[in-house]
Order: sequence, then structure tokens, then C-alpha cells
Amino acid sequence: MPDLTLSGRPPEAGARAGLSPARPGRRRGSLARHRRSAAALALVLPAAFFYGAFVLRPLIITVQYSLYEWNGVTESTWVGAANYVRLLQDPEMFGPILNALQLIVYFSFVPVTLGLVAAAIIRKFATSRLAVVGRTVLFLPQVIPLVAAGIMWTWIMASDGVVNQFLRLIGLGSITRAWLGDFSTALSGVGVIGAWVSLGLCLVLLLAGMSKIDPALYEAARLDGAGPIREFWSVTLPSLRQELAVCLTVTVIAALASFDIIYISTQGGPGNSTMVPGLEIYYLAFFQREVGQASALAVALMALVLIVVIPLQRVIRGREQ
Amino acid sequence: MSRNLQTTRRRSRSTAATLSLTGLLALSACSAPGESATDEPSGAGGATASGAASGEAPSCGTDDVVVDAYVETGFPIFRELTDAFTEQHPNVTFDIREDQFAVLTQNAPRVLADDPPDLMRLPQMSELASDGLLLDLDPYAEAFGWDEWPSSQLEQMRVDENGRRGSGPLYAMGLNFSMTGVFYNKELAAQIGMTEPPATLDALDGYLQAALDAGITPSAQFNGGATGGLAFPLQGLMASYGEPAEINGWVYQEEGATIDTSSNLQAVEHLERWIDAGYFADDINSLDYSQSMARFLGGENLLMFNGDWESGTFDTQMPGNVGFFLMPPVEEGGQVGAMSAPLTYGIGAGAANADCAAEFLNWVATDEAARTMAVEIGGSHPMGPVDAFMPEVDEESVTAQTLAAGVTIGEDNGAMDFIANATGGIYARGWTPNLQKLVAGEIEAAELLPAVQAEYESEIG
Repeated sequence: MPDLTLSGRPPEAGARAGLSPARPGRRRGSLARHRRSAAALALVLPAAFFYGAFVLRPLIITVQYSLYEWNGVTESTWVGAANYVRLLQDPEMFGPILNALQLIVYFSFVPVTLGLVAAAIIRKFATSRLAVVGRTVLFLPQVIPLVAAGIMWTWIMASDGVVNQFLRLIGLGSITRAWLGDFSTALSGVGVIGAWVSLGLCLVLLLAGMSKIDPALYEAARLDGAGPIREFWSVTLPSLRQELAVCLTVTVIAALASFDIIYISTQGGPGNSTMVPGLEIYYLAFFQREVGQASALAVALMALVLIVVIPLQRVIRGREQ
Repeated sequence: MSRNLQTTRRRSRSTAATLSLTGLLALSACSAPGESATDEPSGAGGATASGAASGEAPSCGTDDVVVDAYVETGFPIFRELTDAFTEQHPNVTFDIREDQFAVLTQNAPRVLADDPPDLMRLPQMSELASDGLLLDLDPYAEAFGWDEWPSSQLEQMRVDENGRRGSGPLYAMGLNFSMTGVFYNKELAAQIGMTEPPATLDALDGYLQAALDAGITPSAQFNGGATGGLAFPLQGLMASYGEPAEINGWVYQEEGATIDTSSNLQAVEHLERWIDAGYFADDINSLDYSQSMARFLGGENLLMFNGDWESGTFDTQMPGNVGFFLMPPVEEGGQVGAMSAPLTYGIGAGAANADCAAEFLNWVATDEAARTMAVEIGGSHPMGPVDAFMPEVDEESVTAQTLAAGVTIGEDNGAMDFIANATGGIYARGWTPNLQKLVAGEIEAAELLPAVQAEYESEIG
């Protein structure tokens, strides 16, 4: 491998600037590089400051709190890893995590799949007015505040709500119930709300991805005798790898770190059937005043998110390479 | 090779930068949490120049005073009272911030520690008092003569040095004291032959069954989300089967207290029979308080287990059509009990206008106009001396019935604090999920009390 950096500077910088290797030029180049670095730093600093103040610092403080027993007001007691040990020993802490893992199906797989299908259909009639209406309607949940969505869905799924009215209308009155108040359906009910909210984002991302696909690929596939389904599997889906990666990452994190939809619609009930780690952290910190234990669960939740999301990213990146 | 070296150097630099930043941030947070609060407790009293403590009569004085209040939304009584107080004391105005009960519960410790208000609605006060966040009101009690009132009125607001309620210094005062029982729809009651309130639990069971047979859902009690509303009838049943004093002991965190007793189990079993019989709405686990109220106000249900804070609403919206009775005893003439607790307000340990806040609380209990408001708007009995002024109330109104029931409870010594007030998290983590499981058949009656007791013990350590 030829040594490209004998002059002591990145070759591309000189090449781009068209500079000779003479000393004054190098000095000018160095000055320009410093200026660019300073400008870049100046541009990055405000964001870095806010990131440090509102993301990194709370993160570090949370880790610190997780090593103490503290009620949030009076003096704390150092307990080391005891809060983490309790996390592993207390079966009550597992339930929320299992619920969050189940929610991945609703918050992530369902909207991504439906988003793919909807985007493929909308793409077929991309220029028609129907496509605009379809896009708008399906994207709407994304711009509605989650609190409003939660309240709306509690009405829809109430015992006298639209869902049950419809079921009675079509003769399925026997299966009507308070969907969010029933142990067997509450988690699925919450999942439906999450799926509905996430669908818009996935749809828009996937539609944008589809618009980038070279039409020649479709033409070639058609010449080879591919039908719409074969086109989808062989051309559309492989071309959307990056968009799918973003959709999956964002929605899986939303599922694992879910709080607002559940707080509004069921508050973890009935029983603890819709309890998720986010809500558990909230109850521990603000109602039971166990700030240390809540912080330990928050750190564990962050680790769980990383454990799920990093392999996902690796798999996708590996395929790209 | 050298390119790799450069990359490595760049990486080292960025790693070093990250580590430095992390170190800086870590340093900024290195002191143990809560240390500053302990070093300089906000309850040091520096800001609270209490007249009571210095021997002067505590009052709002004559200079302009703005009393900072943090109260529960949805209760117009507080604002009405402050307006009336300002009319009588033009130099005093109130800066009122309102939040929902759950928000107050979660905010209370930090608000009292960081920016103590002069008056605050307190959801659960024993931990706040133990943490030194509330002002000891005993000097005011002495100055204003509150300690001459029936001791049961103030008992629930006393907290000893171990954080147990029932004795020790006074840390809060009530705007009035409310009480729960059973409201019933008179028209529907007449339809099923219920011409007078049931005298025994058996009679009540009979009426509930008669309502069900007539196609009426006997009760659309709330029990959804975070509202374990079945705690209302359950506590009533506990008082019918057992001793209110025992329940108070548990709520006050007395040493060795347990909720898992045989009489309480009988109460849970009775409630389970009501659930199994279908006396509650089938969607009870998704009903919140407002939906439950809407159904009762809409004339859909025979009865509702609720508190006298709704008496005014019923008198306004269903005039003459709502009756009230206490949960009946097991045998006729037996003991009755009711959840009866003051609508508690405390004064922050570092409050700037503690004297004025205390004078306001005293005025609420003693001024005739204020006592009238407590009854007519608040629907509950005012605090204060036994022989204090009581406004005339229409005998046909449900407010008159709840006030009369309050007298009965006082005579029977049957007042209990709400079982949801035992610890900060017992309602959300103990009663509510387990009552919801009982409804769904996820647990048996015998499993409920041990589960709640385990949660209780884990919280009080």
C-alpha cells in the first residue's frame, strides 16, 4: 500500500485546494484548516452544550442515583449495586419488561408491515388525488399529540365506544368488552394505539425510499416476467433496507421506552397487565419515592434498548457491506 | 499504515475529549444526592417569622400580603373561600396554582423542598412531615384554640417522630372533613321497593339483587386506570365486619399493624360476592371517576359508593332524587363506620406567609360565611368546635343526610382514614391493581389482603 501521507497532511485537503507542497502554501493550508476547524467547533458547540446539559449530565446523574437509596429529598444512603440486584431478584420488575417486549410486535412489526403494504399500494397511483388523501390520512396520527390519541382511543375502545357499536352492528355482540379494561385484551388494545401512531412515520419514510428506486429496475424485472408481488420482493424490499432500518430502530425504541400512550389509556392497569418499564420508573420515583431504584430501572431500560437496537443496526450494516 | 495511525490518533483525541467531558459532567454531579437538602433544610424556618412562635397573635397584619397556594383542581370551594377572605381582608390576595390530585401527589416533596407554598393541598402527609417539609402547626393550634376541638378532627393530621400518624405535632389542617357512604337514586329505589335505606348488609344485598333482576345495573363504580374505586365499598364493608380503630392503626403505620385480618377477609369475600353476582358494571375495570359519575347522574344506576364532596353536585343536578346512607352493619343496630378524613392543607416549612395562611385556615373553620360555604359548596362538614355555627340546610337535600350521617359516625367513633392513604404508593401499587385482579378473577378474595400487606411492608421498610 503506497504511503499517501508523507507530506504530513491529508492528501485530499491539498488536492482539493490545489496547493503546491511548498512551505508557504502548507502554512496557508494549515491556517485554513484551523479556521475551518474553529468554525466547525463554533457550529457544533451550542448543540454539544445542550446535549451535554440535557442528555449526558442527566444520564450520568441517573447512573449515580441508581447506586443510592434516596427518597428524593432527604439524605441518601450509598447501597452500591443493591438496586440492580433487586431488579434481578424481584419478579415484579420482570413483568413490565416482558410487556415491553410484547409491545415491539404492535409498535414496530405491525406498523412497518402495514406501512410497506400501504406505501406499495400508494406508489402504484402516486400522482392521483387518492394517493395524496391516503398519505395524509395515514400520516395524520403522527401529528396528533400522543395524549390526544390516547384519550381518543380510550373512547373508541370503551364498552359503548365505536368498536363495540360496530361489532354489535355486524352481529358480533357476544365478543364486545371494555377492551382496555380486560386483562386478556388490554395490552393488545394499547398495542393497537401504538401501531396506529407509528404507521404514519413508517409510511412516509418508506414512500420516500420508494421514490428513490430507479424505474429501470422495475422495467427490467417486468421484462423478465415479474408480476407485482415478485417486483415487490425482488426490487422494492431490498432497495428499502435503510428506510426499514430507521423505521425498525425508531419504533422498537418507542415500544421499549413507551410511557405516554399507556399512562393516558390504562395507567398500567388492569392489574399490572399493561405495566411497562417507563411507567414503573415513574411510579417508583414519584409515588413510592424510591429514586435510586427508579434510576436503576432506568439504566437497565437503557441497556435493554441498546441490547435490542445495536444488533439490529449491526445486522443491517453488515448486509450493506 | 500512517493513515491508520492518524485514524487511531483522531480516535484517541475524540475519546480523550469524550472522557474529559464525561469527567467534567461526573464532577458536577459527584456529591451524594440529597446532601444539600440535608445541610440546609428548607424547613429551617428562616423565612417563617411565626407570630405564634414569638408569642404574638398570628395574623395577616395590615400590609399587603400575597398568599401562595398550590391546590387541587376541580374543587371550587377553595377559590370561593379565598375570594370571601379577600373581601373581609382586602390586604390579602391569593396566588393560586391548581393541579390534579395525582400531580400534587408526585410533586409535593419537590415543591415543598424547592419552593414551599404558603398553603398546599396535601394528598398524603406523613412522609412529608417526617422529611421536615411541613411546618409544625401546634403553636397555631394553641394560639387559635384548635386543640380544644374534638381531638378526632385533628388526629389524622398529627405525625410523630417515627412518621406514624395519629399522634405527635400537627402538620396540617382541614378545610372541612369529608365522609364516604352510599348514594342512591330514589326513583330507581322506589321501582324495586326500596322505600328506606337498608338496615343490614343482608337487606342491602337484597336490594342489589332486586335492581339486577329489574334490569338495572346496581352500581357503575369506577375501578379503571389508576382509580381503584372498589376501595370505597370495601372499606365500608371492613367497618361493618371489623373495628375502624384497627384499620386506622394500619393506615397510621402502627407497629405490627396488618390489613390481613379475618374480619377484613370477610369484607373482601363479601365484595367478591357482589362482583360475582354482577352488581357492578361489566366494564368496571375501565371506568374512571368521571364516567362513573356521569352514569349515576344519568339515572343508570341504583347506587354509588362515593363521598359527601358530591352532595352539592347531586343536590344541584338531581334535586330531591338522591338519598344517602352509611354502609349498613352486619346485624341491625350494629356498628357503622365510614371513611372520614379532613380535606388536608399544610403550610410549607419555609413558607413566607405562614401566619397569614394559618389565619386563613382558622377563619375557614370559624367564620360563619366560610362555614356556610363549606357546607353548601363543599358539601361537607366544616372543621371546628362542636357548638360552632352550622348553616340551615334543606332537610330534603342529600347534603342534610350526609351531615346527619357525619354526626352518627362521630357518635359511634366510626371515622377511618382512607386505606389508600397508608403510604405514598399503596393506592397505585397495592389496592388498585389487586382490586382490578379481584374483579377479573385473577386472584381470589383470600389473596388480596396478603398482596396489599406485602406492598405495605415493602414501602414502610
